[in-house]
Amino acid sequence: MSERVAVRKTYKLFIGGKFPRSESGRSYLVQDSNVSLASRKDARDAVVAARAAVKGWAGATAYNRGQILYRVAEMLEGRREQFVALGVPADEVDAATDRWVWYAGWSDKLPQVYGGANPVAGPYFNLSAPEPTGVVAVVAPEAPALLGLVSVIAPAIVTGNTVVVAASPAAPLAAVTLAEVLATSDLPGGVVNILTGRLPETVPTLAAHMDVNAIDLTGVTDPELAADLEVKAAENLKRVLRPAPQGHDWSADPGLGRMTSLLETKTVWHPKGV
Amino acid sequence: MTATATSARSDLSELGRSETALRTFLHGLPGVDQVGAEQRAAQLGTRSIKTTAKAEAIDLAIRMVDLTTLEGADTPGKVRALAAKALRPDPADPSCPHVGAVCVYPAMVPYVAEVLRGSAVHLASVATSFPSGQAPLEIKLADTRAAVEAGADEIDMVINRGAFLAGRYSEVYDEIVATKHACGDAHLKVILETGELATYDNVRRASWLAMLAGGDFIKTSTGKVPVAATLPVTLVMLEAVRDFRAATGRQVGVKPAGGIKTTKDAIKYLVMVNETVGPDWLHPDWFRFGASSLLNDLLMQRTKLTTGVYAGPDYFTLD
Repeated sequence: MSERVAVRKTYKLFIGGKFPRSESGRSYLVQDSNVSLASRKDARDAVVAARAAVKGWAGATAYNRGQILYRVAEMLEGRREQFVALGVPADEVDAATDRWVWYAGWSDKLPQVYGGANPVAGPYFNLSAPEPTGVVAVVAPEAPALLGLVSVIAPAIVTGNTVVVAASPAAPLAAVTLAEVLATSDLPGGVVNILTGRLPETVPTLAAHMDVNAIDLTGVTDPELAADLEVKAAENLKRVLRPAPQGHDWSADPGLGRMTSLLETKTVWHPKGV
Repeated sequence: MTATATSARSDLSELGRSETALRTFLHGLPGVDQVGAEQRAAQLGTRSIKTTAKAEAIDLAIRMVDLTTLEGADTPGKVRALAAKALRPDPADPSCPHVGAVCVYPAMVPYVAEVLRGSAVHLASVATSFPSGQAPLEIKLADTRAAVEAGADEIDMVINRGAFLAGRYSEVYDEIVATKHACGDAHLKVILETGELATYDNVRRASWLAMLAGGDFIKTSTGKVPVAATLPVTLVMLEAVRDFRAATGRQVGVKPAGGIKTTKDAIKYLVMVNETVGPDWLHPDWFRFGASSLLNDLLMQRTKLTTGVYAGPDYFTLD
């Protein structure tokens, strides 16, 4: 009997709930695995998928979004060993799982904390309600590979945004494996889209894209690239999250800032009855 | 197509006089190789059109658009806005060409005519109890005359599919001839509604029937049935107009309509036109797209080429 040949995995992109190869057909090597090298057109396709998913995801009830994020945590727990095998420390996987649960809990609470009734001088109810801004481009931090990624994706989508994530070029395996978790956890296709490859190829396209509403530059370490991206983003007044110059402590309490900076506030005036 | 190529011109004009002659001719047309047509259309769809060629294709496609609204909810305000968009599709860019025509219901023609007066944009109106065509002939003809009097210079008629499928070809033929007469100087586009004809052989027969009866354009669909324009159906129709010109010397236009939503789709059609009938048809007088949402996608792609930045639908009008 011949010896069995092991099945090796190709790490592909995650766009619209599917796992396509890059349209350019290119790949690069990370930890002895082939990883897709996304092109400008893959970025475009990802934005189209993200835009198509906005209506359903932003329109879902906050409770439903919370359930789905919790489901992601469940699936991640089940794949713990797979991440450990990729070199992610076990306690980081646990922290990432807990982070999904933490954000899942915020889905129906954030509007109460961040919105509400405003006191006004007149016979009106005046209500402010936070709403998702739309499609968010996210540059994921390089380290910690999993916890950092989860900490930028979860706050963007919990409020109803959809995201196009440029995974860190040095740590794409955890990102693609997380995509497999997302694909099996009732998250509608297109809510999270993940591109692997070189940042200077995909991110400027996302920053300049007129159909992207916000960009999170957390993972950009080159200050010149960050400045250039901010200039591109100004064209259609995207919301921009700047990278923190001193770096992030991803194990600390995340706070509400990442969620609230990707929201729009709708304020409604309604006459009071007599 | 040796059978038709060898037909004398005089023979073809006599066909309409008898049901038998018409049937013999239409059923004598060679059958369509279904697999071959679909494979050919799919293969032409894989051509890559980039940079300057793409820019030219986009501008040509914009000039070929019949900007269409055929809804029960159409209002004078809505069709006026559509006509204004037809004149100047991209207000931010004066170099953007105008579209080929505006296509509306007969009742909306006067409002569009006000806006388009003096421009090079044509005004098309559907008629002959669009979309079913199931009305007495007199009513269909009155419908046509009313549209022309109101200012339409192109009429999109539907053929009588009930009669066609029942094999009563001369009835269909006579209706087209009568409608053509009612049109006067207006161009007549004949809608075959290929989604209801079931086979490519029927599409080829209906194309020849419409051309023999005097149609200036043959159009795939009304857009009101689930199956609208497809590449293989358009291929069959393009072959028919090519062979018809070879046999009679008269050139007939083709208009795929319904379901063409993206620039990519439109460019596939243009490639097919060029490869099947040649550059003679690559002009708004001979090829049109019946579409509504296609125009915005063309404009977005055009903006992408001029600015280098992907455009978003937020920056173009909702129709």
